[in-house]
Amino acid sequence: MFSLTSGFFRGQIGLGKLVAAGLVLLLLVLFPLLHLATGPASLWHVSDYLITLLGKIMCYAIVAVAMDLIWGYAGILSLGHGLYFALGGYAFGMYLMRAIGPEGVYQSDLPDFMVFLDWKRLPWYWTGTDHLLWSGILVIGVPALLAGIFGYFAFRSRIKGVYFSIITQAMTYAFMLLFFRNETGFGGNNGFTDFKRILGYSITSPEMRIGLYVLSGLVLLLSLLLCRFLVASKFGKVLTAIRDAESRAMFLGYNPLWYKLTAWILSAVLCAIAGALYVPQVGIINPGEMSPANSIEIAIWVAVGGRGTLWGPVLGAFIVNLAKSYCTVAFPEYWLFILGFLFVAVTLFIPEGIPGLAKRLTLVSWRKR
Amino acid sequence: MWSHFSKSAPGTTSGGEAPYAHVLQPRQVDVSHGVILYLEEVAVSFDGFKALRGLSLSIDDGELRCIIGPNGAGKTTMMDCITGKTRPDSGSIFFGQGMDLTRMNEPEIASAGIGRKFQKPTVFEHHTVFDNLELARKQDKRVRRSLTSHQASEARDQVCETMKRIGLAGHADLAAGTLSHGQKQWLEIGMLLMQGPRLLLLDEPVAGMTDDETERTAELFLSLAGEHSLIVVEHDMAFVARIARTVTVLHEGCVLAEGSLDVVQNDQRVVEVYLGR
Repeated sequence: MFSLTSGFFRGQIGLGKLVAAGLVLLLLVLFPLLHLATGPASLWHVSDYLITLLGKIMCYAIVAVAMDLIWGYAGILSLGHGLYFALGGYAFGMYLMRAIGPEGVYQSDLPDFMVFLDWKRLPWYWTGTDHLLWSGILVIGVPALLAGIFGYFAFRSRIKGVYFSIITQAMTYAFMLLFFRNETGFGGNNGFTDFKRILGYSITSPEMRIGLYVLSGLVLLLSLLLCRFLVASKFGKVLTAIRDAESRAMFLGYNPLWYKLTAWILSAVLCAIAGALYVPQVGIINPGEMSPANSIEIAIWVAVGGRGTLWGPVLGAFIVNLAKSYCTVAFPEYWLFILGFLFVAVTLFIPEGIPGLAKRLTLVSWRKR
Repeated sequence: MWSHFSKSAPGTTSGGEAPYAHVLQPRQVDVSHGVILYLEEVAVSFDGFKALRGLSLSIDDGELRCIIGPNGAGKTTMMDCITGKTRPDSGSIFFGQGMDLTRMNEPEIASAGIGRKFQKPTVFEHHTVFDNLELARKQDKRVRRSLTSHQASEARDQVCETMKRIGLAGHADLAAGTLSHGQKQWLEIGMLLMQGPRLLLLDEPVAGMTDDETERTAELFLSLAGEHSLIVVEHDMAFVARIARTVTVLHEGCVLAEGSLDVVQNDQRVVEVYLGR
């Protein structure tokens, strides 16, 4: 573990290392302590709102890291990563729905929406979802299976570039339509909500809130370390080699199919885990999470943060989402314009994202000296 | 070293090996008959355009063969067929006596010992010269190995040796994208050598090189022949004259003439094809 951490930081300058460690301490230790230890009246109190917001953004940041692995290092732009995020959320949401027990509006053992549809028993695919462990297996297994099947055929057929992106987009859209249907058995357009507890502990308690928050942060940190390890390994070198000159790699004896598929499945699984952490924190999951716009937004975080850097997309996720939560309150009707402008501006002026901008600024100030 | 070259006409090889292909070791190239590559009656068409029409060719083990021909003669399509990029509509391609290349994909063919250099130099621009060569090195190239592999010291020696051979010693840590055009061509050739191939396919290897670089490339190729078999497709006739032993002229997807450069250049049909009627 220690050697992994030092490997993670080795690539950065001393200052960057310090800043990163400081941010980790602030987000994962200081904020939770302040939240739990101080009352709402205190000047130092970290509000419920801020904890929930940051917890949510850390889940998004995991998705950004996963996206960077596939887009930045393998050169595959997915415009459907929201699907895997939502599937992870739904898989864990099934457990949360079952954990409500007979305390729902209709006081039935079945989830409310099933009672409403006049269903008498659970559909077969809900079997075992009252166990946290099984739901955890579903969180990882279902998206991995879907990504595996889709990726196998797409990469085997050598579908690339914009064609691949469009197919991923179409797929998340198709799943959204599927999940909108009541007959699918996932609550239709209302999705899952009104969660009560996890393992018997109330979901609204401060301890649970902080627990989920810290867990999200740890998973984010682990995702970063894992991806850092991967891209620095031989595997990562082959992956970027395939990105830069696929036919050359192929004629050297590397089969791009298996390399791309491995990265693709891992990326999907990371998104799904992020989704599973996200749902109990925001208290709802519905098919809206699968809308194409959500997936495009993921790509924007990564573009803003800078592809192929891993830490950049984390920064991008924080900046864009903090801006979003401010703008959608201050001037809600303009947010989409701002987002669109941001994307165009980044693509045109700083294609390397924030790291590219930083590099350029230091160059300019260096020349002026 | 050149004495064992047979200058037999193409298409005289027996096709009887095909049914027994699966019996032979898949990774062993059997050159017991002195021939490393057979193409027999290979035909390929794209949307009705016949790129290859019954191309037959055989290359001896250790031979350096130059292939020339006007644009559209099918030179690149032939390489695509040998390396698995294009599946022939009919005909057979054998590597050694028993390996049927028409049933293998690109990575399998590469691992079996056929290296290919593209027309446009293609290297991994974001990787260093060292990493380019290391990635090319003959090794287990499956995902599982790539996750756990550690660089062996003999790999380091092998890379350094190759860098010396291709004139890039001292450039180990340079990003390949920053190299000159000629250096990229050499780096790509170096990557092929790292694969430890039996057969090298080189598509216009001296395109865009200075005279000096061309001369050094010629020397390199001559030193490689014997140890490896080489097929060189080239338009630069001075370069062909410098390295050629046997020259094959392709025209409209089949072999028009074959023999020494002198013989070929004085062939009436070849003159017609090149100069027009």
